Amino acid sequence: MSAVLKLDGLAKSFPVGKRLLGAPRGLVHAVQPVDLVVAQGETLGIVGESGCGKSTLARMLVGLLPPSEGTIEINGAPLDNADPAEFGKKIQYVFQDPISSLNPRKTIRQVMEAPLKRLHGLDRAQREKRISEIFASVNLREEFLDRYPHEFSGGQAQRIGIARALAAEAKILILDEPVSALDVSVQAQVLNLLADLKAKLGLTYLFISHDLAVVEAVSDRVAVLYFGSVVEVGRAEDIFRAPRHPYTQLLARSAPVVGRALSAPEGKETELPDPLNPPAGCAFKARCPRATEECGQRVPKLEGDAAHRVACFHPLEG
Amino acid sequence: MQFLSLIARNRLAAAGGIVLVIVIALALISPLLPLPDPDVTDTANRFLLPGAEGHLLGTDHLGRDLAARLMDGTRLSLAVGFAAAFFAAFFGAAIGIIAGYFGGRTDNLIMRAVDMLMAFPYILLALAIVAALGPGLVNALIAVAAVNIPFFARNIRGVTVGLANKEFVDAARLAGLGHTRIILTEILPNVIPVIVIAMSTTIGWMILETAGLSFLGLGSQPPQADLGSMLGEARGALITNPHTSIVPGAMILVIVMGINLLGDGVRDALDPRLRSGALTRPMAATQVRRKGPVPASEDAEAVLELQGLQTQFHVKDRIYKAVGGVSIKVAPGECLGVIGESGSGKSVTALSVMGLVASPPGVITGGAARYKGEDLVGAPYDHLRRLRGDRVAYIFQDPLATLHPLYKVGDQLAEAILVHHKVGKAEARRRAVDLLKQVRIPNAQSRADSYPHEMSGGMRQRVGIAMALANDPDVIIADEPTTALDVTVQAQILSLLNDLRRERGLAIVFITHDFGVVAQLCDRVAVMYAGRIVETGPTEAVLDAPAHPYTARLIACVPELGGGRRRLEAIPGLPPAVDRLEPGCAFAPRCLKAQDACRQGEIPLEGPGAREVRCLYPETELKSEGVA
Repeated sequence: MSAVLKLDGLAKSFPVGKRLLGAPRGLVHAVQPVDLVVAQGETLGIVGESGCGKSTLARMLVGLLPPSEGTIEINGAPLDNADPAEFGKKIQYVFQDPISSLNPRKTIRQVMEAPLKRLHGLDRAQREKRISEIFASVNLREEFLDRYPHEFSGGQAQRIGIARALAAEAKILILDEPVSALDVSVQAQVLNLLADLKAKLGLTYLFISHDLAVVEAVSDRVAVLYFGSVVEVGRAEDIFRAPRHPYTQLLARSAPVVGRALSAPEGKETELPDPLNPPAGCAFKARCPRATEECGQRVPKLEGDAAHRVACFHPLEG
Repeated sequence: MQFLSLIARNRLAAAGGIVLVIVIALALISPLLPLPDPDVTDTANRFLLPGAEGHLLGTDHLGRDLAARLMDGTRLSLAVGFAAAFFAAFFGAAIGIIAGYFGGRTDNLIMRAVDMLMAFPYILLALAIVAALGPGLVNALIAVAAVNIPFFARNIRGVTVGLANKEFVDAARLAGLGHTRIILTEILPNVIPVIVIAMSTTIGWMILETAGLSFLGLGSQPPQADLGSMLGEARGALITNPHTSIVPGAMILVIVMGINLLGDGVRDALDPRLRSGALTRPMAATQVRRKGPVPASEDAEAVLELQGLQTQFHVKDRIYKAVGGVSIKVAPGECLGVIGESGSGKSVTALSVMGLVASPPGVITGGAARYKGEDLVGAPYDHLRRLRGDRVAYIFQDPLATLHPLYKVGDQLAEAILVHHKVGKAEARRRAVDLLKQVRIPNAQSRADSYPHEMSGGMRQRVGIAMALANDPDVIIADEPTTALDVTVQAQILSLLNDLRRERGLAIVFITHDFGVVAQLCDRVAVMYAGRIVETGPTEAVLDAPAHPYTARLIACVPELGGGRRRLEAIPGLPPAVDRLEPGCAFAPRCLKAQDACRQGEIPLEGPGAREVRCLYPETELKSEGVA
């Protein structure tokens, strides 16, 4: 399988304490340099808790945020200008909140026409035809086209969001928590639709979520993010069953599972480290039962074979 | 149309509108009326009183007809006011949208410049502008418009900043739209209502300001009349011939009042928050209009018992049956899970217990909610208030929304205690710190002095739980308390709740959509669909062998960790709208097993022992050994 998306040292830091002129007072490293390769037709899941940098990473990938460092390559060609219109044809984004990602004062037809007109320059008849095709593929009725966003349920709105992303004809979709705003019964419909579209159109997905079970159910591989860094990457069926990074293990144990007794896997106060004042060494060491002196001195690198990589000095036996 | 009817409903706004329409109509048709030329002087007939022959409103100090000058002046003042408002809105909105959309340094530079303009007293600024440009009505218009630009710029910038970060703007950028297109097609349509609102409330001011400049002789030049210059000319005869001042003065009053009243009405009608009734103060307790008889208490041991509770929302001519007859009970130390999707009525059920459903539109129309056997539905407000937070406490999903942002959490906790107990401030504070310790907040003593925004989501939810525990209640109703939290934090909150109920014998009603959470925490579970319970029983039994097809399929469509990659069993269709429920089973349209019988009549919730199901063709036959 060939790599369609390659991230090389992609990082983002935000200045804090901005001044009108001159340098800011400090930098927050929202995403530490990330190297990831996504193969053609693959679904790469990205999990992490709030504040771990998932959404910042996603926004960089579609050009909504210019990266501070590093490069993004699509099919071997670097994308270095942060112009969403350039990105738009190659990589598209499906938003978390389906309703607020639709302009309340535009009809669905206007929403659908924008990418066809601006990215592909189709004329009216061609647009009409494309919209029918896309709507058929996401199981939406064409009578919806002349309605406004507030008339739709969350599941329908999310399907419209997916339809809009498909209209750009990008082969890579970034799905940023695409089902977390939906009810469970609707969530399954959307997840199945995404799987069908992927098979039919040969798409590649980056599936970002905080829900481990959902990520496991849809992904080929999963990357676990903690405090802006990838701490573990591995096959979806292995990573939560046999985690190697202590943080992945903590996540897997915390997820409520039917038939498992209730116990807090962690006694102490658990908070992400302060981004303004990041700890030296491994960011997880304060919460880690296996931490040693070494963990406080150096930052562990993501190491291992192609199938499973982990950034830990004392990994668990997988 | 809806807009017009909303304005018409507001009597003051309607009155203002009518007055304004009359004034404008008069001003417009005045050239056609048989009035003398407003600028012809006739010093022989100066200072004629109103009612004089041929001069309805009398004459001024040069003997000019006041009625004619008034109509002329009104037309001019209105035109200048509207024009100034339009220009101020146009340029102000343009500046505000550009500053708000681009943000960063552009925003900073523009807004500091606007701030500098605002730092001058506006009338001085207007005077300075007119002084620089020279007196004249057009220059006065420019001055008044310029002075009001900052007001629009700031207002519109605020709205635009909010819009520019909205996901639909990002989506438009990804669809290939440039900045100009995004501003014109995505931002502007959403800003226009705000511009209209701001205009409607400022036109009155602009007319006054223009009149002020004319009064000082800087606006309209003689012999041309506008309302301000008429007042200015009459000033000399204010004592001897007051009618020359009163006539234009009264007209200014009428116009500005009319515009302001109408403007307020326009604002109320356009503002989406006001339209949805956010400012209609809900009653202190939910309205009760019970039709049937109140059922008698059945279970003496239950600390909380709902019997056939029905809560509806009456919106215009529609009736939403949010809760259609729910019966549940919890014993001390027991945890009952209520599971359902959004719109299933689980939250409304919980809020109905203490009469917390907003009324209007909420109405409790039937059943009973008993706390230790005593019916709370329709109980006097004072009694409900004593019980709320004291005997029955709530934990909500978003602690950031339920904690007051401006008070320290320790003080908020102390207040919750002081409301129900006569203790000293120091004692309340001591108890507050104690509560924070009980919910395992580290450094409770110093954390009590934190503000909610200084805490993480998990910490805030602990404070929410501490607040619920403040008065040692018998029942805690927790409405999705962990949905907004990360999994590692959720695990801690759940085990905290579990410990608390075992230590204190608390009864917990735990509302959620997550089977994993229910399985870990709850003894019994009730599954809700379309406002009714479709299945209930001991958690393990229900999850192992669900009897209602909805329960079974809901469990099947939730992926479970450890199951690997797979296709999910989705339920087709959507939950029904609760304002038009068909007879029979509400799930029938989505159910694979539905028969004709399922679509007819009332299907009871029944079963042997502890398990009950509302289904004619259950997935598993319930046996009586399920008794807990």
